[in-house]
Amino acid sequence: MESKEIVKVVGFWVSPYSLRVEWALRLKGVEYEYIEEDIFNKTPLLSELNPVHKKVPVLIHGEKVALESLIILEYIDETWKQVPLLPEDPYDRAMARFLADLGEKLFVNAFMALCSEGDEKEKTLKLATEAVEKIEEELKGKTSKFCGGENMGYLDLALGWISHWLPVWEEVGCMKIVDPIQFPSTTLWMENFLNHPVIKEKLPPRDKMVIYFQWLRKEMVSQIAKYGPNGAWAILKLKSPPNYR
Amino acid sequence: MADSSKVTLLDSWYSPFGMRVRIALAQKEIEYEYKEENLSDKSPLLLQMNPVKKQIPVLIHRGKPVCESLIIVQYIDEVWNQKSPLLPSDPYQRARARFWADFVDQKIYSLGKQVWLSTGEAQEAAKKELLDTFKLLEGELGQKPYFGGETLGFVDVALIPFYTWFSSFEHCGNFTMVEECPKLVAWAHKCMEKESVSKTLPDLKKVFDFLMDFIKKQKANK
Repeated sequence: MESKEIVKVVGFWVSPYSLRVEWALRLKGVEYEYIEEDIFNKTPLLSELNPVHKKVPVLIHGEKVALESLIILEYIDETWKQVPLLPEDPYDRAMARFLADLGEKLFVNAFMALCSEGDEKEKTLKLATEAVEKIEEELKGKTSKFCGGENMGYLDLALGWISHWLPVWEEVGCMKIVDPIQFPSTTLWMENFLNHPVIKEKLPPRDKMVIYFQWLRKEMVSQIAKYGPNGAWAILKLKSPPNYR
Repeated sequence: MADSSKVTLLDSWYSPFGMRVRIALAQKEIEYEYKEENLSDKSPLLLQMNPVKKQIPVLIHRGKPVCESLIIVQYIDEVWNQKSPLLPSDPYQRARARFWADFVDQKIYSLGKQVWLSTGEAQEAAKKELLDTFKLLEGELGQKPYFGGETLGFVDVALIPFYTWFSSFEHCGNFTMVEECPKLVAWAHKCMEKESVSKTLPDLKKVFDFLMDFIKKQKANK
């Protein structure tokens, strides 16, 4: 059903969670207004829109407010029916949701590997690599360009951050997670993702990302030294890592 | 459309995540084979069906596994969509239901464990956050009989299994749910009027004894 209510996205320029919402809207040709939120200086607006978690992204659609990026993707898919993102078959949908969830675990572990040292770094690096192994298994033998087939879908949007954020983290964190020789299918999918016209025109600039993550890494390393891995999340004004279980 | 292909559930009797799936299957009156898993000696079938996480619950339908309790409940709702819908049909209401079910997932298990296993300030902080979580849920419930409105819905199914853990939180945290969260306790009793819930949830004392034993062993290992 076409909807004429105003659409807004409250996001943070380098958050893959808010980018995936923007990608979804752009893929569907839905016009929206973007509102940047500095997550280190949260505004009253964010507290009002997301009192429970005070996190971005937030999708505003008329009077409605949708939260949590993967939940927002499903809302977008159910509201604007053109360019379907989720597969039709319930089993394929369950698999897409499962792998998206795996991608979230990869995110947390890769980020912790970026921000830690010694044993903790080794441990989280190993967990991150294991997650990529699972993704590689899924992509191996696929003849289509994307997880969603010849067109991009929900799972591509959920995992897409891997193609642009992970290489930056690998550089800043002096580590390798997606080795092209070990993970050829993932590497190819990453290239296809980055070359998609909608994605290409909506990526945070790499040089700015390097500076940002260098700074964040330094802050996190010093916080972890003081408060341990869990205490370090306070710097992002989070009580726990995003989607931490 | 009713699907009559074989359904198998790999589960453990005390798992609130497994209970979610059992309640969903009961709501939809789906016949299935239940296989109890010993998590300290996982079966080859479990390891084959969930190689990624090696966890229960796993639903096996038409020979294919579905993992992660809330993903399984959504799968059940989508395949057996003629009876007792768990998610509403409106996209915005669906987003809200998914949000609150995800909120339950993010908070209760990890905070509950901290209330059980930590002491002093750490335990007090966890207890406060757990109670805040329950109070936020009470706010969302409002005046409705169920989170799903007039009938049991996705959030009810996600949350009600943790009713079996209430007494363990009370015991370890030194509080009573009925004093702190009376609306939630009333909601839990309302859910228990449904056969799909009352016949699924194990005996509360049995779960309490099991958890106390688990907690004792965990603390001894530290």
